[in-house]
Amino acid sequence: MKISFRRAGTVVLCGALGVSTLAACGGSDGSSASGEDSKTVTLVTHSSFNVSPDVLKDFEKQSGYKVDILKGGDAGEVVNKAVLSKGNPQGDVLFGVDNTLLSRAVDNGLFTPYKAKGLDRIPEDVRLDGDKHRVTPVDTGDICVNYDRAYFADKKIEPPKTLDDLIKPEYKNLLVTENAATSSPGLGFLLATAAEYGDQGWPDYWKKLKANGVKVVDGWEQAYNEEFSGSAGGKKAGADRPLVVSYASSPPVEVLGVKPEPKEAPTGVATGTCFRQIEFAGLLDGAKNEKGGKALIDFLISKRFQNDLPLQMFVNPVADDAELPELFTKFGEQVDKPLTVDPKKIAENREDWVKSWQSLVLK
Amino acid sequence: MAVAGPEVAEGARLRKDVRGSALRLGLLVVPVAFFAVFFAYPVAAIVARGLKVGDTWRLGRLADVLADPDLQHVLWFTTWQALASTGLTLLVALPGAYVFARFDFPGKQLLRAVVTVPFVLPTVVVGTAFLALLGRGGVLDALWGLRLDTTVWAILLAHVFFNYAVVVRTVGGLWAQLDPRQEEAARMLGASRFAAWRKVTLPALGPAVAGAALMVFLFTFTSFGVVQILGGPTFTTLEAEIYRQTAQLLALDTAAALTLVQFAAVGAILAVHAWTVRRRESALKLVDAAQTARRPQGTVQWALLGGVLLTVLLLILVPLGVLVERSLHPSAGYGLDYFRALTSVDSGAFLVPPIEAIANSLEYALAATAIAVTVGGLAAVALTRSRRGGGAVGRIVRGFDALLMLPLGVSAVTVGFGFLITLDEPPLDLRSSWILVPLAQALVGVPFVVRTMLPVLRAVDERLREAATVLGASPWRVWREVDLPLVRRALLVAAGFAFAVSLGEFGATVFIARPDQPTLPVAVATLLGRAGELNYGQAMALSTLLMLVCAVSLLLLERIRTDRTGEF
Amino acid sequence: MLRLDGVSVRFGGPAGQTALDAVDLDVAEHETVCVLGPSGSGKSTLLRVVAGLQATDRGRVLLGDRDLAGVPAHRRGVGLMFQDHQLFPQRDVGANVAFGLRMHHVPRAEQDARVRELLELVGLPGAARRAVASLSGGEQQRVALARALAPRPRLLMLDEPLGQLDRSLRERLVVELRELFGELGTTVLAVTHDQGEAFALADRVVVMRDGRIAQSGTPLDVWQRPADAFVARFLGFDNVVPGTVSGEAADTVWGKLPVPPGSAQGHHDLLVRPAGVRLVPATDGLTCTVTARTFRGTHVAVHLQPEDTSAPRLEAACALRDAPETGDRVGVAFDGADVVVLG
Repeated sequence: MKISFRRAGTVVLCGALGVSTLAACGGSDGSSASGEDSKTVTLVTHSSFNVSPDVLKDFEKQSGYKVDILKGGDAGEVVNKAVLSKGNPQGDVLFGVDNTLLSRAVDNGLFTPYKAKGLDRIPEDVRLDGDKHRVTPVDTGDICVNYDRAYFADKKIEPPKTLDDLIKPEYKNLLVTENAATSSPGLGFLLATAAEYGDQGWPDYWKKLKANGVKVVDGWEQAYNEEFSGSAGGKKAGADRPLVVSYASSPPVEVLGVKPEPKEAPTGVATGTCFRQIEFAGLLDGAKNEKGGKALIDFLISKRFQNDLPLQMFVNPVADDAELPELFTKFGEQVDKPLTVDPKKIAENREDWVKSWQSLVLK
Repeated sequence: MAVAGPEVAEGARLRKDVRGSALRLGLLVVPVAFFAVFFAYPVAAIVARGLKVGDTWRLGRLADVLADPDLQHVLWFTTWQALASTGLTLLVALPGAYVFARFDFPGKQLLRAVVTVPFVLPTVVVGTAFLALLGRGGVLDALWGLRLDTTVWAILLAHVFFNYAVVVRTVGGLWAQLDPRQEEAARMLGASRFAAWRKVTLPALGPAVAGAALMVFLFTFTSFGVVQILGGPTFTTLEAEIYRQTAQLLALDTAAALTLVQFAAVGAILAVHAWTVRRRESALKLVDAAQTARRPQGTVQWALLGGVLLTVLLLILVPLGVLVERSLHPSAGYGLDYFRALTSVDSGAFLVPPIEAIANSLEYALAATAIAVTVGGLAAVALTRSRRGGGAVGRIVRGFDALLMLPLGVSAVTVGFGFLITLDEPPLDLRSSWILVPLAQALVGVPFVVRTMLPVLRAVDERLREAATVLGASPWRVWREVDLPLVRRALLVAAGFAFAVSLGEFGATVFIARPDQPTLPVAVATLLGRAGELNYGQAMALSTLLMLVCAVSLLLLERIRTDRTGEF
Repeated sequence: MLRLDGVSVRFGGPAGQTALDAVDLDVAEHETVCVLGPSGSGKSTLLRVVAGLQATDRGRVLLGDRDLAGVPAHRRGVGLMFQDHQLFPQRDVGANVAFGLRMHHVPRAEQDARVRELLELVGLPGAARRAVASLSGGEQQRVALARALAPRPRLLMLDEPLGQLDRSLRERLVVELRELFGELGTTVLAVTHDQGEAFALADRVVVMRDGRIAQSGTPLDVWQRPADAFVARFLGFDNVVPGTVSGEAADTVWGKLPVPPGSAQGHHDLLVRPAGVRLVPATDGLTCTVTARTFRGTHVAVHLQPEDTSAPRLEAACALRDAPETGDRVGVAFDGADVVVLG
């Protein structure tokens, strides 16, 4: 014991000195990760990003690039970090700018225009940057009110379908949503109401929603896992809210890994409450491996990646030729007319809307 | 016999002084460089980015921010909840520190490791556990129909839950080494048990208590997740506001102004702390900790032990138990399904099976601990030596003591964004390097190491060092032979803390997370951020593993601690 | 062997308080020198200077023929036994004693043998595995001594070696130490505030006052001829009075005192040893009132107040049966052989 501890002490000490010296002199890892050798292409993205290992390996094999993935917090954080390190970016491609952040990203000149190969397979309505090609749409997702099927079946009430439904007395004290100031679905839901009722009308709607007993918690995790009676966590926590602001893809995920597979998902989507998020990728200005970056963007809208998307990030592919997995077609619901707000308008009004929303709903 | 000329002897004395100062400053080189490069410079840079336009400082922003009634409210709430949390934590944990220091009871080591577990848990997970205790259908609700979620009590209790170990470990560590005979002597002189404690033990413990209180304050002052999950969106702390302004709105001017406000508040607390502690630290008679603990005797002591155990049970074990229970409870009966799922990559949240996060976490934590112990240890030794020397060098060194605490009171996001705009040029382009994670974690670990070691180092009698010197021990050898055996316990406590801090650290890790190298807290958060029973269950399972890893690591440290060879 | 040349130490910079003021001191090989002085006289500083724990402002310290300036404490090869022992609490007795040997890279087997030998020497055979906390004060003192002796220091220094022990133990240990140092031939520099200890232990006594050496000599010398009133009083002599010596008599407030032939002439303090104060009938000599009697075992110390109440009190040593009662009026005569003219 004595000897081994002495040895361990020495190792730790040397390690510490080694590490701090290394740090003081600048780690060699740092420079290689930023892609000085053109064999590596670095993808900067948010913490929800994911891809199947084989899909990624195939791309690496075909293109000859090694993909280095850096996750830098949530989408807002990633964009802001990119703005701060503009001109000397952490990587080559940024994926994860959504329509709520798009204006900030492009107005700050983060991206070098690039017209991706295969862009023609993507519908015009999601190509929000038009023909400037600073960003390329990769996926869409819908923020919608989800409902607990069992609850409404038990009570023999129809689940709500639209925003108007939510302020009806039969849905009193049933909805839980997220803080629009801190949570991205919370913000999305606020934007949905702004799209539906207009700049002037939404505060009035929220007054009614508040009168109808909407509960606001800080983040999606608490809302979904602690308060929503339809989720696995909520069931364990004895949650009592059968309506929650979540994603259109949440119901299929509830079925994932459940054996035996049920007939339908335990939760459903109020399809008239949805706000559409579109996620984009862009080639970062000052990228060290521009060529690799372009190849990576092509890959993000390739059929292979687009097909892989839904089960990795629970979003919908944008490419026409992509196929939704069975899980989605069987348990998901199609959102036909999602609500949208022009990115420029979001950028201009976001802070004011959130501030008014806070004083209206939280106080 | 010619007497040596005055100039010669004066020269010798001067040389000796210079050598002493040089040694002190030499010891400080690594900590100072570390602090400057990885804290002061990045934070200064991000503040300047926010408040400086061209060459002019827009300090008017500061006035705007201070005049905003919403922000005033945030500042007020942040401060008072931190003070209340600190007071409550001391109240609840000091008896615990006493019990762990002075009583022997079965399972003591295990329990001491377990109370540290909360420290490593991600706040999302703790929020879940606490809601199960205080919220709807929770223990309090079931017994008395009492619900504390969305009240400030939930926040305060959760802060006690998190910081219980800080007090038990830092104060208890020293307490166990105080000679109980001094208190006995006071009682022989007619002091009541409490008076003896107040007059003899409390002053001796003073610096350790103040140090622990300071750390708890700083932790709760910068508390973020707990406040929002348990308090609801109506409670906002300064930390949350800085995070929102920086990471979400990129309003760097407001964030910078808030950061300066945060600095001012933390600076004021540090000054109060320095003022309380300054004259209290003194040489103490330290004895072997193993000799001071004994079985409780009499009703009072048993009641005290019982009370502490009950507190630990309710406040710490029950919430932890809830998480374990949920990890074992898939929809169809109890089982290990969620744990099994962790070994496969199928669930799709990561590029690697989630279980690999354990190894990643351990690697990061070991590196961070090594850095924190080296940097903090050197700083603590230099700060101890400074007590003897007065003068300018001594003052600078003492000022550095306070500075080292600052990282605890400054937003992780401020430091993180600071890193981003400062450590971005070779040779220090560390933005994307893995080393940034342990470095950032060590920044939080260093104050723990310094705070835990300093009271013990300062308590070592200088003449004990002199005794060793005269027997032929060089200064380094004196440190190894005299200081180290006496502070070894404190060092291990400190290392345990640094390790736990790093194991549970989330902010820095998520800042540059790599999908092929997730750490445990990041993996838990990722899983919790996804819908579905399997993801939720895996998050609980992984949280359970995180607790287990923490408890086992700390138990191993405890084992080393009780191995009384007296030599390193 | 040890020589101090004009060593001065001031605390708190050049303007500060003087701890040592141009001290010259020699200690010969195998000699035991005891520095005696009240607390604050600088005697502990003296030891710390020699040990290298305290920097000097002026002067030189030589050990053997080597100037110790610039030699750090751990390379000086001197032993120092601290006042309160300062045993290492985390180590057992054996490890404490072996500490210096380990620092000097003595092989393990030799260390063990030496520890055994020393523990036997100090009367604690077989105590090597005992915990320091379990030792009594006397035992701790012995362990501290063994620890200091273990590396065979060229010079052993003792700071109040017996200070904390009870009287009987102290008296026994003084004899033991004296025998031990004689046997080992160790050179010893000790400091103490207890004159009994100093006289019993030392070959030579050095009395210090306010950072200066007031007197240096053999115990007998110092005892018989204290250098000045301070030394005399410090040695416990209270019968000190100023006077003017002229021939073989001195004029004092106690009247005319006989002085030994050849005494220095002029104004001086005079010391009368208690034995030199003889009690005579009240009508003869200096008339005094007995204010107190103190039983001293072999004799009674009688405290006397002369009629002139401004004159200092006197102490006389009387045989048990001859001692007057408190309040008695007696006469006092002086014996010239016990009168010392101080410097």
